[in-house]
Formats: sequence, structure tokens, C-alpha cells
Amino acid sequence: MQKIPQKIIHTRYLRHRKKFPHVWCPGCSNGIVLGAIMRAVDELKFKRSNTAMVSGIGCSSRMPVYVDFNTLHSLHGRAIAYATGIKMFKPEMDVMVVTGDGDATAIGGNHFIHAARRNIDLTVILINNNIYGMTGGQYSPTTPTGDIATTTPYGNIDPVFDICELAMGAGATFVARTTAYHALEAQSFIKQALEHKGFSLVEIISACPVIYGKLNKKGDAPAMMNAMKKNSISLKAWEKLPEDKLKGKIKRGILRNEDRPEYTDEYAKLVQKVQGGK
Amino acid sequence: MHQYKKLNDVEKHKEGTIIRTDDSPVKMEVEYTDVKTEGDYKKSPVYIFHDWCVKCGICVAFCPTGVLARKPDGSPYVKNPEKCTHCETCDRLCPNFAITGAKKK
Repeated sequence: MQKIPQKIIHTRYLRHRKKFPHVWCPGCSNGIVLGAIMRAVDELKFKRSNTAMVSGIGCSSRMPVYVDFNTLHSLHGRAIAYATGIKMFKPEMDVMVVTGDGDATAIGGNHFIHAARRNIDLTVILINNNIYGMTGGQYSPTTPTGDIATTTPYGNIDPVFDICELAMGAGATFVARTTAYHALEAQSFIKQALEHKGFSLVEIISACPVIYGKLNKKGDAPAMMNAMKKNSISLKAWEKLPEDKLKGKIKRGILRNEDRPEYTDEYAKLVQKVQGGK
Repeated sequence: MHQYKKLNDVEKHKEGTIIRTDDSPVKMEVEYTDVKTEGDYKKSPVYIFHDWCVKCGICVAFCPTGVLARKPDGSPYVKNPEKCTHCETCDRLCPNFAITGAKKK
């Protein structure tokens, strides 16, 4: 009889005896991202009782089921709205939102941009797999133009949403992008995002070999992850390369890291002012 | 499937923090052993937990030194344990937490 792995991330942060093995398909990157989050949280020594993880609906949004924090599995697209409520009521809490590309940018697009505009101290970990995986493979705002989904059998004609540009346009103060292949980099970005005061977004490009990969003939999970490795360019190399080589590539790195007044702080100041400094 | 023994309501983590027991119908006993000294780790640098493994092939494809290989059914096994550099790439890239790389002592 084999023993369940007993690393610190299993025993301390995961509901590993109750909920594992998880439901994600073979080769899905969500598990890699979950591991990166757990390692980042372990490095920061967060208390489980003072950390909250909120999600909406989707493949990636099943993540709170497996972690032993305060967790909330909410409505489709509304994860950031719920997280804003938690943060306003308990500003000392570390609130992270795990969401997918369709969940955050299509159905919850308004919540996403307004949380970025307010600069409320949430950490949004956005797992972008280019498709609605859980509901059967409909095309999402990030499905590349020309690719096939079950609702676009002859190819998708929509232009692609650049989520990091959207967040920066809306006023997010920490924006980073990486891929699931670069798990160590993802861990470091998530750690920095959790430490950052203000709205922080970490977009993680992930592989969906069972639905998106099969429909578009991208191969199995290792092939899709090799493609990520090949098609992504770090920020340093990006600035040096000529423009014709950058077409269709993924820019990864910390795209923005700046300071701006944070929403719950401003709210506390307002409360103090209205109460006359009591 | 594993056969688990019944357990008390509250158990203690070996570092002293109390872990809530899960309110699942079957309460399981897990021995808190140090991964570095536990059974399989003496023989091999990585520990593969086959109940959680889904045979996706990521660990075999991305091991930089070729420690792991696949059986005909797709499941990984440790082929060249002496080549392991303890980089923990397999550990970080396993989506199912099924493979655990031990750190170098």
C-alpha cells in the first residue's frame, strides 16, 4: 500500500485526504497553478484562518474546493464582487480570487474592470485556457482568431482579448503574465502579487489538452506545454527583438508594478473623517 | 483503494499545529512521516503516488536529465535514479500532486 504524499503543501494547505484526487482532466494545467499558489502561500507563511480564496464557475474555479483556507465558490463571473465584499468587511484578510478567462472577462467583465479601477487589494489569479472547458468547449473572449470551438465549428472570427492590457487600461497596479510551463516564475509572480498592496492580476496561460487541444489538434499535454515554452518570450528579450519576430508570441513578465492609494485604506480614512476623528 | 483505520476527532500535526479532521464519513489515519527518510525515498529520489497519477506524461517529458520513463500503459517509473539532480521540476509540473521530489540532504 502506497502512502499519500506528505509534503508540507499537502498537509498544511490542501484538503488532500478529503477531496483528492481532483476532477481536472489529465494534463490540465490547473493543478500546476494550484501547486504554484500553495508554494507561494507557504513561502509567505500566510495563516489559513486569515486567507480567503474566492472563485466563480469554471474548471479553474473549482480550485477552492481543494484548499484549506476560508473558501467561497460563488456565481458565474461574480467572484470579484464577492471578494470585494470580504475585503471591505475584513481589510486585514488576504483575499485571492481564482478565475478563468471566460469567468473574468466575459461574464464578469464589469466586476473585473471596476475592481481594477478602484485598486482594491485583491489578488486575481486568472487561468487562461482559451476556451470554456467545463461547459463543453464554447469559444471565449480569448480563443485565438481562426481556432475551433464547439460553437465555432468553422473557426472563430472574433479578435482576441488581451487581458493584461485590459487590466492595465482599467488601472490595475500589479499586472503580470506567465505560463503554466514556467511554474517557478508563476510561483514568484503570485508571491509578489500577494505581497502587493492594491489590485494585482497574474494571468497564467494554461493548457487544455482534452477540449481545446483536441478540437484544434494541438497534441497532448506535453506537446501543448512545449508550445508554451516555445511561443513565450520574457519581457527582457521582448524589448530587444524586432517586431516581425513578436507576432503571435506571448509576452511574459511583470508588465506593471506601481503604487496608488488603496480602496479600503481610503474608505477607512473617509469613515474617520466623517466621524470627526473619533 | 486504500484501507484506512478509524481515527480520533482531533489529531496533531507533528509540528504542533492542530489539523481539523475532515468531516468525511470515513476518517483516515495518515502517518506524519518525514518525506526525506520515508521508505521509497531511500531507494529512489522521487516518490510516485499511483492512485493520483493520470498518466499525462508531463513529468517524463520535462525531466531535464531523463530520470523518469513511461511504462507501456503510460504510467511513469524511475528508470535512472542516479541521474536525479533534485531540481524538483517533476514536483512542480505535476498537475495531480502525484509525484514528490525529495530535496537533496
